[in-house]
Amino acid sequence: MSASDRLGVTLALGEAHGASPSDPEPTMSANEELTIQPAVSGAPGPDAPAAIRVEDLHKSFRIPTQRVDSLKERAVHPFSSRDYRELHALDGISFEIRQGEFFGIVGRNGSGKSTLLKLLASIYRADSGRIQIAGRLAPFIELGVGFNQELTARENVVLNGVMMGLTPKEVRERQDAVIDFAELHDFADLKLKNFSSGMLVRLAFSVMLQADADVLLIDEVLAVGDAAFQQKCADAFQQMKGEGKTIVLVTHDMASVEQYCHRAMLLADGEVKYMGAPALTGNEYLKLNFEGESSGTGADDDGSDGAKLLECKLVDDDGEEIFTVEERQPIRFRLALELQRKTDALHLRFVLANSTEFGLFEFGTLLTEAAGDDLTPDKRLTVEVSVENRFAAGRHFLNCGIHSPNGINVYRPKAASFVVFGAKDTRGVMAADYEIKVASEDRG
Amino acid sequence: MSVDVTHNELREVTGPSAIGGGSRRFFDLLWLISVTEFKRVYFGTVLGYLWSLIRPLVLFGVLLFVFTRIFKVGGAEVEHYAVMLLTGIVLYTFFTEATSNAVTSVVSHEGVVRKTQFPRLVIPLATVVTAAFNLLLNLIVVLVFILAFGVSPAWSWFLFPVALAFLFIGAAGVSMALSALYVRFRDTAIIWAVVAQVLMYLTPILYPITIFKDDTTLRHVLMINPLAVIFEQVRVWVLHEPGAPTAVEAAGGWLGLLPAAIIFVGVIVYGAWYFNREAPRIAEAL
Repeated sequence: MSASDRLGVTLALGEAHGASPSDPEPTMSANEELTIQPAVSGAPGPDAPAAIRVEDLHKSFRIPTQRVDSLKERAVHPFSSRDYRELHALDGISFEIRQGEFFGIVGRNGSGKSTLLKLLASIYRADSGRIQIAGRLAPFIELGVGFNQELTARENVVLNGVMMGLTPKEVRERQDAVIDFAELHDFADLKLKNFSSGMLVRLAFSVMLQADADVLLIDEVLAVGDAAFQQKCADAFQQMKGEGKTIVLVTHDMASVEQYCHRAMLLADGEVKYMGAPALTGNEYLKLNFEGESSGTGADDDGSDGAKLLECKLVDDDGEEIFTVEERQPIRFRLALELQRKTDALHLRFVLANSTEFGLFEFGTLLTEAAGDDLTPDKRLTVEVSVENRFAAGRHFLNCGIHSPNGINVYRPKAASFVVFGAKDTRGVMAADYEIKVASEDRG
Repeated sequence: MSVDVTHNELREVTGPSAIGGGSRRFFDLLWLISVTEFKRVYFGTVLGYLWSLIRPLVLFGVLLFVFTRIFKVGGAEVEHYAVMLLTGIVLYTFFTEATSNAVTSVVSHEGVVRKTQFPRLVIPLATVVTAAFNLLLNLIVVLVFILAFGVSPAWSWFLFPVALAFLFIGAAGVSMALSALYVRFRDTAIIWAVVAQVLMYLTPILYPITIFKDDTTLRHVLMINPLAVIFEQVRVWVLHEPGAPTAVEAAGGWLGLLPAAIIFVGVIVYGAWYFNREAPRIAEAL
């Protein structure tokens, strides 16, 4: 997670202004297109031509309850092969990805995202529906697929290149560049079985970049290699984006989607649950995750702890629920809770954490009968919280704690989640005011 | 940021197939995979290429001893029994090597098949091409033996590649069918090992077809086997023995070759059809 974050932050910086991340010149001007996406701009307009169009895609797998693998079994049970379960991996998916777009596909395990990727990559054939793709597509389902341990790095580069649709001549022309990019110049003629895993990953990534495709399908391969190599990869991605390539990123890690993508799609149970801005998709994704978890340990237990947290929302000035907040605009939460036992004093504690779940700011208050707070049971308390927003762009979480001396004890991590968006070209965990003055004088 | 996007037309994607992706890429891949596989096998071992030669030569030595010293099949019957035996063994080694490697080829390349997109047919065909490389090298040795045993070169040698082509195409057809069948039925490998063994004895390799002098019916029956047709014809073209009947003669006229022709074409058509039918779903069935 932290690995892809590092990469992500770097990319986001570059993307805002189309400069390479190593570009030292700080740019002050605010991006005029304020969107709800954090730090990712340069999305192609809605009238851009489609790179991928998918219409009503269906794919199901037959899962035999008893696998019939041999002729004998078939002869003994001639009809048992019909004994299977139909698994609908994809159930009528339609979407369109525009050329030049960085598109994220997220979903939990088993949501159908890998199946979709394999259909797009022509590894599976769809049951029904249409897939149309513009230009050449290079799928990267796994790094280093098709590497042959017995061959040298150079031979593998050639083999993989041809596999991806280049001609042998094209591959031979660029094999040196590929090996140089992987920083394996001294090992080019060494057999792959003697490579370290880090070297393998670097070689695989370089091979993938050489494909020079119009559409790239990437399946969670971002978090690889050491920091220096990741920087190189980030630059390479940056360059591909600059060249107007279409990139489809399939992952279950929302953080990288929020930091790379123009748009994202959430898959659940083989259907498109949500499609839109990455931040909003992220919210839907989190909701989906929490729904799954709360059935076990969630609200039911709260009562026995003496209090129930009924809701915890990020709201705007009018009290409507929102999921994103602009940098520097105050963050407002509304909580509703019920006490189930009488108490004289109640602590409310909050932790604002960033996407790595690192606590950035802890605060709270003490409610007491003496101060006039009504702490009788079976009343609904509404709490309004407003926090000055000094947080950097990205996803944040609010953790809530409710405690009392007489045993009320509720802790709800990630009670709310939201995305801070901003256009300033800054990095880090906070957003401070800054001013940079430059003066020049003759050296005389 | 000035983005210069080249706009491409949308094209239909129909999923994986046996050949799809352009013939150029198909043959590039086929060649490259065959060559690297060949290298892998023979540069990975100490004696390298010699192994591919030693195997048929050892078999040749043993069989030559058995059939000339113990059973006395050769000698009187055939002028160049040893050469006939060697040629037959080398050709048949190609056929079994190609097909039995092909059986498991798709499954053993599982990682590639499930994760990348490329014409599936390349995999079984590459095993046939790799085996063909071995065959070509072995034929050089055969040539030395042929000349050493006193067979003189003839114009009919130029027809030998025709027989090789038929053998290659036949092996390819069998390989296509077997590799796709194996994905569904793992028994295929065992069954084919037995069938290949039986086929060897049904093909005139150890014995000349003329050994059945009086039993023309049996001769005609044996010539139903397309391999028998090819091997007999090789004997005529390459060893050009006076007594050796051509395939047509051995089968009792052109009509007698019809069953072999039907089987030959049938295997290839079935192999191609079945592989093509299975190719889109191979990745799921693995």
